Amino acid sequence: MSHPANTSPTATAPSAAPTATDRPLATGAEILIRSLEAEGVEYVFGHPGGAVIAIYDEMHRIQPSFQHILVRHEQGGTHAAEGYAKATGKVGTVLVTSGPGATNCVTGIADAYMDSIPLVVFTGQVPTHLIGNDAFQECDTIGVTRSITKHSFLVRDVKDLAATVKKAYHLARSGRPGPVVVDLPKDVIAARAPFHYPDHVQIRGYSVVGRGNADQVRKAADMIAASKRPLFYVGGGTIISGGAEKLTSLARKTSIPVTTTLHGLGSFPENDALSVGMLGMHGTWYANMAVQNTDLLIAVGARFDDRVTGKIEAWAPHARIIHIDIDPACISKNVPVDCPILGDVSLVLDQLDDLVHPADRQEWLAQIAAWKEECPLDFQKDDALRPQQVVRALRDKTDGEAVVVTDVGQNQMWGAQFFSYVHPRSHITSGGLGTMGFSLPAAMGAAFGMRSIGRDVISINGDGGVLMNIQELGVAAAHKLPIKVVILNNNYLGMVRQWQELFHEERYSHTNLEPTNPDFVQLAEAFGCVGLQCTDPADIEATLDAAWKVTDRPVVMDFRVITEEKVFPMVPAGAATDNMITAQFSPEDCA
Amino acid sequence: MTTDTAQQTVELTPQQLFRKQAAGEAILPNEEDSVHRHVITVLIDDTIGALNRVTNLFSQRGFNLESVTVGESKDPTQRRLTLVTTGNDRIIAQVLRQLNALIDSIEVEDLTREDHVERELCLVKVRSTATERAALLSVVEVFRANVVNITPDSLTFEVTGPTAKINAFIGVMKDYDVREVARSGRVAMRRRLAFEH
Ligand SMILES: Cc1ncc(C[n+]2csc(CCOP(=O)(O)OP(=O)(O)O)c2C)c(N)n1
Ligand SMILES: [Mg+2]
Repeated sequence: MSHPANTSPTATAPSAAPTATDRPLATGAEILIRSLEAEGVEYVFGHPGGAVIAIYDEMHRIQPSFQHILVRHEQGGTHAAEGYAKATGKVGTVLVTSGPGATNCVTGIADAYMDSIPLVVFTGQVPTHLIGNDAFQECDTIGVTRSITKHSFLVRDVKDLAATVKKAYHLARSGRPGPVVVDLPKDVIAARAPFHYPDHVQIRGYSVVGRGNADQVRKAADMIAASKRPLFYVGGGTIISGGAEKLTSLARKTSIPVTTTLHGLGSFPENDALSVGMLGMHGTWYANMAVQNTDLLIAVGARFDDRVTGKIEAWAPHARIIHIDIDPACISKNVPVDCPILGDVSLVLDQLDDLVHPADRQEWLAQIAAWKEECPLDFQKDDALRPQQVVRALRDKTDGEAVVVTDVGQNQMWGAQFFSYVHPRSHITSGGLGTMGFSLPAAMGAAFGMRSIGRDVISINGDGGVLMNIQELGVAAAHKLPIKVVILNNNYLGMVRQWQELFHEERYSHTNLEPTNPDFVQLAEAFGCVGLQCTDPADIEATLDAAWKVTDRPVVMDFRVITEEKVFPMVPAGAATDNMITAQFSPEDCA
Repeated sequence: MTTDTAQQTVELTPQQLFRKQAAGEAILPNEEDSVHRHVITVLIDDTIGALNRVTNLFSQRGFNLESVTVGESKDPTQRRLTLVTTGNDRIIAQVLRQLNALIDSIEVEDLTREDHVERELCLVKVRSTATERAALLSVVEVFRANVVNITPDSLTFEVTGPTAKINAFIGVMKDYDVREVARSGRVAMRRRLAFEH
């Protein structure tokens, strides 16, 4: 069965259309499209509506150099743009209509804001003379998104449109990246102006930091030289700045062990002996032990989130802290630091590299190795189908050479713990906002981004979250994206169930999904995908083999994992990191 | 679980101080981190929504905002805000960083510890009949308040000065039948020439 492309095949550029020379004035719609082309946009994830119909009309006429992907829900569109941005490092682009089109984007914009993902979201708006009149499909988009955007623009004059687009992309990608909303009233889209896309934009009051202060870097190098038990604590900012390789070589040169946050996964190869894996609430026991015993924590592009620190007073009690970050507002926000270095992580790591020297850290590394022995990241192996085993099998199937996009909940943590990430940009998840329904559309966006280099994209989901944006499966199928959609189906809102079991005396209030779960195999097939089911650990490999044979559409794998499996280790919310619960302890000991 | 329990007794790092505080332990006087009132001026681009972003920041981040004044500055494309906020040094540092991070903000200055002048304007409407008028006028004379309106049963005064003077004036007026008070909030400026715009 073939799927129609998003633009009709009869849509050829009308040859009789006037050329730019005999019609120097372009409509706002055309200016927008030409600006996106000039910006080098590859994909626009969008959904039409009344307020933006003129832009879609113009797209039909122009047949622009970018591809428009018609998503089936604007939230899916924003997550797809996020996935594309995270996988490629480029800016994701979204185009939606006014009112409900814009409000449907709110979750994705908030998600991108929390996770510093560069997005530009173009929203239609009612004509300027109707703004504020409660016109049909009016929404104060700028007002609604104010606290979840890096910046936003309401374009009131078509003459400002091209420069505004340029500014929006510049703001989205530079410094600490983030989402930018551009609100486009219908009359501005229709008005005419000459098109000129500026090469440069000046934004008064906005500058991007580069190298770190030399004195601070020198101080940091001295602290590193004096430290007996240093530890790198690496966050997503390192990957965003393109500094992952530099961090890796710096850590190896100085023999300093590395722990990463959820978003830092892949910034340092987890198969390296210096890696202690992820820290925090569901981090490894040994990473958290390292944090609790280090005398120097070197935070690199990380922001001391509460899921990392737990009870903040009891966190890293022996450590002095160096904090390298591009965002001044992040420094000393949650934890006061001893040596802040404001700068682009990648550049600061270069500066630091010139000043640090190899050192003998045998004692500290031996201690860490002993902790790894004492409580490794592991799970029970028997004849029950366990989610961790599925994740391990995915790693083995791909040799870790894949982009893994996880959803939120237990599946997210197992996906983080058991895949063993070795490349930057190989792990994508909704960390800050924790948005269920993120994985499937984000994986779709990542798959568009990875199409030219042919990298596998795996979407790991729970049976709860996967349904929240399931409609995008049809879009992925229409575009023949071979996404591997894994559902770790425990028939429960598993992570909530885990808290209910541990902290609410097993009162499983409204977390059983069994009565409302669909038949995922049939569902997949209804969307034009391949559906597979696996109920026995012995069949995991065969299921994956079958899935990897399919190259022209998504494959949905329904893994019927056991309900009772929990994510360990765990630092209960708000507890001190020392009070970690590990799988070796029984739940009775910890509630 | 912890292998190394040897605690050093060197001077406290900021982070140890913070922990001490968070754990509710007594802080030595020289370590104290108390709450102060700060006067911050911000130059912003005169664009739609810029003022909104500034005030929104305070509610979004849970910062206090005691007063805001806004008006044109020397450059007609910029507006100048004077904000009064309270917090300890850590919070104020955050306020300043967050204000700086706004795309619309061009310059942010904490004038609190700078040599600066502050002024506030206040209008006070008092009920008074013709017979009480003379007494009232002699009182407000001390504050150099101006009478800006007279009706048969009321007087409206205007007084300008540092906030302390305004507070004192309103305090004195409480002895009379005050019907309305409107304060502008502070505007502030450093005394010496510092930056050229
Ligand atoms: C949109 C949204 N609603 C609610 C939550 C709260 N929440 C976090 S994890 C979770 C359970 C997710 O269940 P499922 O998708 O089946 O994943 P599992 O934990 O079972 O792997 C819920 C409800 C959320 N993070 N996002
Ligand atoms: Mg589930």
